[in-house]
Amino acid sequence: MSNFKEIVTKSKKDWDGLFNSEVPLIFLGTASCGIASGAKDVKETILNTIEKNKIEARLVEVGCIGTCYLEPLMDISAFGNPRISYGNVNPKMAEKIIKKYLLDKDTFSQAALGHFGEESFDGIPSFFDHPMLKHQVRIVLNNCGFVDPNNINHYIARDGYRGLEKALQLSPDEVLEEVADSGLRGRGGAGFPAAKKWRICREAPGDAKYLICNADEGDPGAYMNRLLIESDPHAVLEGMLIAAYAIGASNGFIYIRAEYPLAIKRLKNAIDQMEEKGLIGDNILNSDFSFNIKIKEGAGAFVCGEETALIHSIEGERGMPRTRPPFPAVSGLYGKPTVINNVETLGTVAQIIRNGSEWYRQYGVEGNYGTKTFSLVGKIRRAGLIEVPLGTPLRKIIYDIGGGTQKDFKAVQTGGPSGGCVPEELLDTPVTYEDLAAVGSIMGSGGLIVMDADTCVVDVARYFLDFIQKESCGKCTPCRVGTRHMVEVLEKICNGKVDAKGLDELESLAQMVKSTSLCGLGQRAPNPVLTTLRYFRPEYVQHVVDKYCPALVCRELIEYSVVPEKCTGCQRCVSVCPTGAITGPRSEPHNLDVSKCIKCRACYEICRFDAIAGNAIVIGSREEA
Amino acid sequence: MENLSPRIDDVLGKYSVEASNLIPMLQDIQGELGYISPAAVEKIADYLKITENKIYGVASFYSQFRFTPRGRHSISVCLGTACHVRGGAILLETLERELEIIPGECTEDMRFDLNRVACLGCCAMALVLKVDEDVYGNVNVIKLKEILDKYE
Repeated sequence: MSNFKEIVTKSKKDWDGLFNSEVPLIFLGTASCGIASGAKDVKETILNTIEKNKIEARLVEVGCIGTCYLEPLMDISAFGNPRISYGNVNPKMAEKIIKKYLLDKDTFSQAALGHFGEESFDGIPSFFDHPMLKHQVRIVLNNCGFVDPNNINHYIARDGYRGLEKALQLSPDEVLEEVADSGLRGRGGAGFPAAKKWRICREAPGDAKYLICNADEGDPGAYMNRLLIESDPHAVLEGMLIAAYAIGASNGFIYIRAEYPLAIKRLKNAIDQMEEKGLIGDNILNSDFSFNIKIKEGAGAFVCGEETALIHSIEGERGMPRTRPPFPAVSGLYGKPTVINNVETLGTVAQIIRNGSEWYRQYGVEGNYGTKTFSLVGKIRRAGLIEVPLGTPLRKIIYDIGGGTQKDFKAVQTGGPSGGCVPEELLDTPVTYEDLAAVGSIMGSGGLIVMDADTCVVDVARYFLDFIQKESCGKCTPCRVGTRHMVEVLEKICNGKVDAKGLDELESLAQMVKSTSLCGLGQRAPNPVLTTLRYFRPEYVQHVVDKYCPALVCRELIEYSVVPEKCTGCQRCVSVCPTGAITGPRSEPHNLDVSKCIKCRACYEICRFDAIAGNAIVIGSREEA
Repeated sequence: MENLSPRIDDVLGKYSVEASNLIPMLQDIQGELGYISPAAVEKIADYLKITENKIYGVASFYSQFRFTPRGRHSISVCLGTACHVRGGAILLETLERELEIIPGECTEDMRFDLNRVACLGCCAMALVLKVDEDVYGNVNVIKLKEILDKYE
């Protein structure tokens, strides 16, 4: 007999006790992004403030709700009022808010972002009406920012592991059927139907089968997996249990980047807590199903996101891909049938089993059901992590959710180094696997990097190619040599050292690498170049013909100068210039010697923020100066 | 110089003799010593009964492993896409100039070693810099000095 009911009762007691008690609760987001914005100092202040003022309150550390540009985020739940959220909290503000609210019962509504209650409260809007949250559908991110990721009881109290309990009462085939009906496709980027992969593995001969959770989130500019694991690790673990049950695996691995130490720590802690409750190991919930999970830390190789490379890495080899077929679902880890699923795919599975495939299919569009998380970053006003139904137009994501760009929008890069740049005129493209492919890009794992007039697309293409060239495993020649050659040409274009023929050379190289590389890394590496050539060719031409970089990024084509009318002679720039290029007596406009200038940007930054006049240092085109 | 041999032995003792343990062992050794020393490679080869060549082949493939000692503090500059479009390369260059080292090296006084990292996953806070375990968001070349001053 399953002891699940008992587990739930205990967990609910813990969770309800937290909220029903008289003791006010202070929630603080301490995922990596919160910490990077100073949550550690805020935590210290919170603890000091409640101690010094003898305030009876409890601090609960939670993950990240995804509004990363508002970090650190602090919520207070007290006096029977709805939980109120405060953003961009620094230590001083935290002290003030806590004292005002918990001592004087003043919610300090002018500093509040929103509350989590049903109706309007004290003049504070609902947080879910915040423009960044209003348009989202949160299935995978459902718990993020709400539960303590280090406390399994919180997860269980919010319906956690109910999907597993339900799955164990079904046959593996019925579980497969349910996931197949949901239409769930792999969220790692390729979009292969999840249930199809599982079925191939299930039907492959052999007893030993493996399940691998791919948490080697290698795309620079993407952090969906990190945030989910740091904020709600059990969502992924429950999904793994259900997947393992469906395919008949008794051993699983989580292959996770070593660059994510906090996520690894939280996973380990989560697995320990599962053990205590009998949710992992032998005879899970007193059933016949047994499953163990090992954590393997990746050692920093982008190519290991590729399935066969990842397998080699777990086996202790260099992470190099091999030709497929055989596909891992037939012959994978140690030659055994192996399913490799992305973190987000697994994070969705439990919800599908819990609520049914019908429920899941109400979101998204035909062939692309459900939701997808994206990291919306770059030159965007409201940067953070979001979840929207598939089929949502890019424009809605960038403008309604992200609030648009400060300067004129130029492009959005989807799919990381294997993806492409989508220009303004194609922003009505709905985010589906097929629509993104049709415009030359890919869905990828979900990075959306927004670029504005200050971003040079040629420089971005060079950046991605340089990245791929460094990460190429070297096994096949087109990728090893071809990408290197492409970087060289791109460098010449950025420096204005080549004429228009360089563009043709680049294009033909790109086509060659695309059609002849061994694995997805090489085959898709030319995408950033091909899409920018397709949509932004005039900008390339400006570089090679006019020797002009309109975004004023490419350093060989720009020059720094002082605007004498603006400069007050405050000497702040003189003090930071590493080469002595800026000179001039105090209170008189300074002189910038371009022959000594190394374009390190120090004077520009200090003039913008610290100087008396501000903005007296400008970056211009080399011809102009 | 301190004899590191017993510390290496301690690490190896935790693992069974299986080739799939090579990467976790290297990670563990680096966690203990700060880098992969030639002596460590020799000992792992003995232990797992594989050649040193094979170990160097695997270790040099992954960017995590380094073959030179670490400084007292490790600086990692994020060069992810979001950081790139906000000027991550300039930040790295400034550090190279100020510290007079390039990524993978360590300052003469052993105060800092410098590393480039593909992405720290804090893209909404670009530019991002990590010193030891502390992650700093919204960094620029001016704030850099302030941050480094905290570490002796």
